[in-house]
Amino acid sequence: MSYKVKLEVFEGPLDLLLYLIKKNEIDIYDIPIATITEQYLEYLELMRMLDLNIAGEFLVIAATLIHIKSKTLLPPDEKELLPEEEEDPREELVRRLVEYKKFKEVAGILQDLESQRKKMFTRDIPFEVAPGEVFFEASLFDLITAFTRVLKDVPKEMFQEIIKDEFTVEQKVHDLLHMLVKTPAMSLFDLFKNAKNKPEIIAMFLAVLELIRLKEIIVVQKQNFSDIEIIRNEKHRLNIE
Amino acid sequence: MDRAQIKNIIEAMLFVSDKPLYLSEIKNVLEGPDANETKEVITELAGEYEKQTSALRIKEIAGGYQIVTDPVLAPWLKKLYKTAGADRLSGPSLETLAIIAYKQPTTKPEIEAIRGVNVDGVLKTLIEKNLVKILGRRETVGCPIIYGTTQEFLQYFGLNSLQELPKLEEFNFTEKDIELPEHFKKEEEAGQQEGGNTDVQTSGTS
Repeated sequence: MSYKVKLEVFEGPLDLLLYLIKKNEIDIYDIPIATITEQYLEYLELMRMLDLNIAGEFLVIAATLIHIKSKTLLPPDEKELLPEEEEDPREELVRRLVEYKKFKEVAGILQDLESQRKKMFTRDIPFEVAPGEVFFEASLFDLITAFTRVLKDVPKEMFQEIIKDEFTVEQKVHDLLHMLVKTPAMSLFDLFKNAKNKPEIIAMFLAVLELIRLKEIIVVQKQNFSDIEIIRNEKHRLNIE
Repeated sequence: MDRAQIKNIIEAMLFVSDKPLYLSEIKNVLEGPDANETKEVITELAGEYEKQTSALRIKEIAGGYQIVTDPVLAPWLKKLYKTAGADRLSGPSLETLAIIAYKQPTTKPEIEAIRGVNVDGVLKTLIEKNLVKILGRRETVGCPIIYGTTQEFLQYFGLNSLQELPKLEEFNFTEKDIELPEHFKKEEEAGQQEGGNTDVQTSGTS
């Protein structure tokens, strides 16, 4: 078998059905379901042979067509002889097709409007901007998107710091108290000089703050901007003892 | 402030603005004539542009007024700005837009029910292009996101308002009337010129 096919690209199963209706010059309200089903399935077979990905939606309509076809083949129920009561099994599909076709018409109108509008130039021409690159006013959703992107970048680093964090405030409080037993007064800057990295400085600083809060130590400064000394709060100590 | 001056001020404003100016905006700047008179002057001005066979036109777009170039000049301007007006919306994009324009506020499942295909990708593109926006959520089960068209949509298609689109009821496919939209017909003709399917040809003698 040789195939000489000009394959149309269809947006979806309804699009394909409309094409078949047009091709066969049939009335959309009186679709010869057997013929159309046959052609529809032929087309799907063609798509499969050409290794085109057949979307599930095409199969859903195929099933619908076959279902309608089988319904029309069955003899009508003898009880229902009133023609009004007898529902056309095609009705639902036709209704969908007609509605879809209306929007396809509108899409065509929009396309005409688009090409007309593109002929009218205004001041907001995106100068030297690549196609598709258009600027818009940022909406709330843009901001949220931007925000989540920023957040995505940040946690990585913060997370690393937490992993690396070998210095805890608790430990530093302990260390400081021990040091103060040996040397009742020491320079804050000297204390920080011994620190290996930023996290340790932070831990130390927090430890100092904590000890101040607990009234274990007092910090004194001789003059503005001079070194700060940490002194054990003897009074407090005495009170406890 | 005489009429000639008012006209000049309006013209200058339209000339400078990079987006359509609303009647209210123009009126507020003028601080004199009322809405009716302002509108009158704009119409007069638009008429003059038309009469003088100027390169420019005053067009009502997205509920406002904007100076645009005469469409007949498009070929030259396209040469000047090589990229301008080059990219067009795809068929699926136009169909989806059409549905949203008429059915808004609408949800994704509603659009998909009409088109018969998934619209995730198309919807994303349209939102990126700012032709469609999320209006919020519907207060029903599942609180689905509802979509609608933007001001940008009107501007993009040169529409003044959504009312300018034809009524859906006007599309009545009476028996045998199975005309397909323009772009589809063109494809068909192109196919025939290539010597494609001959049985597609419609005979005019029946």
